[in-house]
Amino acid sequence: MRAPGGDTRLAPGDVLLSVEGVSLSFGGVKAITDVSFDIRKGEIRAIIGPNGAGKTSMLNVINGFYHPQQGRITFKGATRQKMRPSVAAAQGIARTFQNVALFKGMSTLDNIMAGRTLKMRSPFFWQLFRHGPALTEEIAHRKVVEEIIDFLEIQAIRKTPVGKLPYGLQKRVELGRALAMQPDLLLLDEPMAGMNLEEKEDMSRFILDVNNQYGTTIALIEHDMGVVMDLSDRVVVLEYGRKIADGAPDEVKRNKQVIDAYLGVPH
Amino acid sequence: MTAEEASREDTFPKLLARNARTRGGRPAIRHKDLGIWQTWSWTEVEAQCRALAVFLRELGVRPGDTIAIVGHNRPRLYWSMMAAQMLGAVPVPVYADSVAEEMAYLLAHAEVKLAVAQDQEQVDKLITVAERVPTLHRILYDEERGLRNYDHTNLKPLDEAIASGLDALRDDPEAARALDESIAAGKGADLAIILYTSGTTGRPKGVMLTHDNVLISARNGCAFDKLDETEEVIAYLPIAWVGDHIFSYAQSIVAGFCVNCPESPDTVVEDRREIGTTYAFAPPRVYENLLTLTMVRMEDASAPKRRMFAFFLAVAKRAGERILNGEPTPLKDRLLYALGEALVYGPLKNRFGLSRVKVAYTAGEAIGPEIFRFYRSLGINLKQLYGQTEASVYVTLQPDGEIRADTVGRPGLEVEVKIADDGEVLFRSPGVFKAYYKDPDATARTKTPDGWVHSGDAGFFDRDGHLKIIDRAKDVGRMKDGSLFPPKYLENKLKFYPNIKEAVAFGDGRDFCAAFINIDLTAVGNWAERNNVVYASYQELAAHPLVYDMIAAHVDEVNRSLAVEPRMGGAQIRRFLVLPKELDADDGELTRTQKVRRGFIAERYGALVDALYSGAKEADLRVEVTFEDGRKGVIAARVGIRDCAAHPVPGGGETLEAAE
Repeated sequence: MRAPGGDTRLAPGDVLLSVEGVSLSFGGVKAITDVSFDIRKGEIRAIIGPNGAGKTSMLNVINGFYHPQQGRITFKGATRQKMRPSVAAAQGIARTFQNVALFKGMSTLDNIMAGRTLKMRSPFFWQLFRHGPALTEEIAHRKVVEEIIDFLEIQAIRKTPVGKLPYGLQKRVELGRALAMQPDLLLLDEPMAGMNLEEKEDMSRFILDVNNQYGTTIALIEHDMGVVMDLSDRVVVLEYGRKIADGAPDEVKRNKQVIDAYLGVPH
Repeated sequence: MTAEEASREDTFPKLLARNARTRGGRPAIRHKDLGIWQTWSWTEVEAQCRALAVFLRELGVRPGDTIAIVGHNRPRLYWSMMAAQMLGAVPVPVYADSVAEEMAYLLAHAEVKLAVAQDQEQVDKLITVAERVPTLHRILYDEERGLRNYDHTNLKPLDEAIASGLDALRDDPEAARALDESIAAGKGADLAIILYTSGTTGRPKGVMLTHDNVLISARNGCAFDKLDETEEVIAYLPIAWVGDHIFSYAQSIVAGFCVNCPESPDTVVEDRREIGTTYAFAPPRVYENLLTLTMVRMEDASAPKRRMFAFFLAVAKRAGERILNGEPTPLKDRLLYALGEALVYGPLKNRFGLSRVKVAYTAGEAIGPEIFRFYRSLGINLKQLYGQTEASVYVTLQPDGEIRADTVGRPGLEVEVKIADDGEVLFRSPGVFKAYYKDPDATARTKTPDGWVHSGDAGFFDRDGHLKIIDRAKDVGRMKDGSLFPPKYLENKLKFYPNIKEAVAFGDGRDFCAAFINIDLTAVGNWAERNNVVYASYQELAAHPLVYDMIAAHVDEVNRSLAVEPRMGGAQIRRFLVLPKELDADDGELTRTQKVRRGFIAERYGALVDALYSGAKEADLRVEVTFEDGRKGVIAARVGIRDCAAHPVPGGGETLEAAE
């Protein structure tokens, strides 16, 4: 697999993505209000908050699915306000979804292969017949995909239709598909939702390994506080669409506003 | 092979050189990696092993040193064994799933200087135990993943080690010469490997096997089943287990066949299918799992397919084994079987990855006769063998055409077997181990000065000269008249009947054998329904006179079969009772793995045992039980006791009557 990151201009610790004064509303409903934070290259950044705090909306803003009414997003030094998700993907932002979004009838292999689509260059004509340059290219892509399969230890389900897999494994396949893009920034929306303890431990290890081995920057939304505190380097906390805290896990854990937001305050 | 040649190739490194010379281009080992089977020929394997050996020598490995090998079946781990043997050092394979505590004991006991580990998981364990193993100062590893940021002072990847060895071999003729000398200096009597037995009791013991032990056993095993260089095996059982060492290492090198390492432990079935193994080995549970999986999948198949499956399985049951054994079979059955082969058996065997299998073995524990016959009826030559680490596997095996579900076959080539007075099986062969490592007491207890080994198992030879293992020797008791009392053997015979779920046999130090029976509620309930037997509870059904009649008929059949077996005639069951409650692990009557705890039960139901031997016709029982929700209750019942007749033992052997 390709060496860390891809963008050689940035050193670990530099700001990879910054969000400045972003506000997003749907009609009268304000989903995000004036939120600013940044994600540094090579870190694991957690976005947490109670239900409806705007976490998923934030991810959707970052990968260009929602367009904020105000504010700027700078990724790898390029500032933008509007961007289509396909462009974000081409620039190196990959994501997984809260509810698994895989092609259920396709095999694990084909699903992860789908993550390589953006990298395919050979003409459609050759791809149609799987000949010439298309064949050479497919072999190269297949190698990348096989390395991911090996990395995620899912060799045994390579040819299994993903619809037949247990939920925990589907999540792993989805992570595999995101990795197939060899992203600079990986967005994970609740990667451990609905998993049992063992599956959570496995997934945590994969997330750490992805970060260690490939140097991929990761932003993740997660509800399991234990997981967040163990995995992430820095945490940003949202409540009702506003940022209420930002910092190292230990700092955030002691922050009064955060405790109130999670435990509720007597009115 | 001439005698001179045989004596020249008396170690595994010498045999490897022969293979590289005579069949250099043939595949020696494969490993499925990144979805593709990667293949190494004998020439390539030799080059890799030599390079690794040169590297190890530079690292200071000397003859007699021990090297731990930890992990699953990977080519480089097998090569590490070979590289160690090239230097006269001794590989010590360790179970990949052993916990750090066991590993610490074992490595310290074996005084390993160096460890070869498969991956990060094993390296982590080795680092944890390193301070308790003062001799260990180096770790080599196969898979780099996750290890990039580790301190590499005493840690090195195997591919770098091999690369540096290749450089040394190329640049320095002296290195190659020294290695050749070291290989040539090896003798058959040298120690080849130390295999630690898991040991159900006490600490694991290191079984020391010489090149002669392993090599002659492997060669005899190959000769027995006519194995040659065209075989394909899949290596998936623990490398620290003697079976894998013989089948995937020794025999591959002796016969020159190819060993295939699966992609991961979860892909074995699929990988086996892709390779199409011709020589297979598995403990009974692997065959059981395959069968269960098939039956479950068939439940989901469409109705015509299910009917076809059932029909041809019935044909196979009737005719399959006869055809495999070459017995006369009606023409109609032969034709139907041929059709079934095309429609059902062929595709099924392909699924199992057993289409091309020439011989398949099962060993380790008893296989269910039904399962055994199922595979044989499909035309798979499944056989049983009885072996031990101390024997370099082979004690007895079933020759083709003499297959029975309940015996483990005849003594292997050059193996002598005899039965001691107390029923224990003793054996002597060229494969018999040298000694237990650093444990002369245990060696003296197990191995006699003239080379006989106490197997620890009790058994007897049936009339056809086949060995039958009945129990662990220490569990076999004696009755008052001196006849053998094999409790597990009796219990298994009783449990063979679907109506009997559990049985507990008594007789040690008594005048006769007696048993507690637990009925199987499903089977007996079904029978009750068909026979208009009305009952309100398990207790009531268990006490029903018709149920007693049925069980008495089963016990009588068991007695009849015991009477004709050598030395078993005295163990016929003279009295039994049916327990009013199911034996349960929650009450401590069974272990969590569903084995009866005989001693505990004898104590808990002491009143019933007394009644069995006092001649009473019934007895009262009061026991406390634990319900599933944790509440306690008391079961009180009057339990009837039945007498059974003993069958005369042919040949005037000791019978119970004679003793009374």
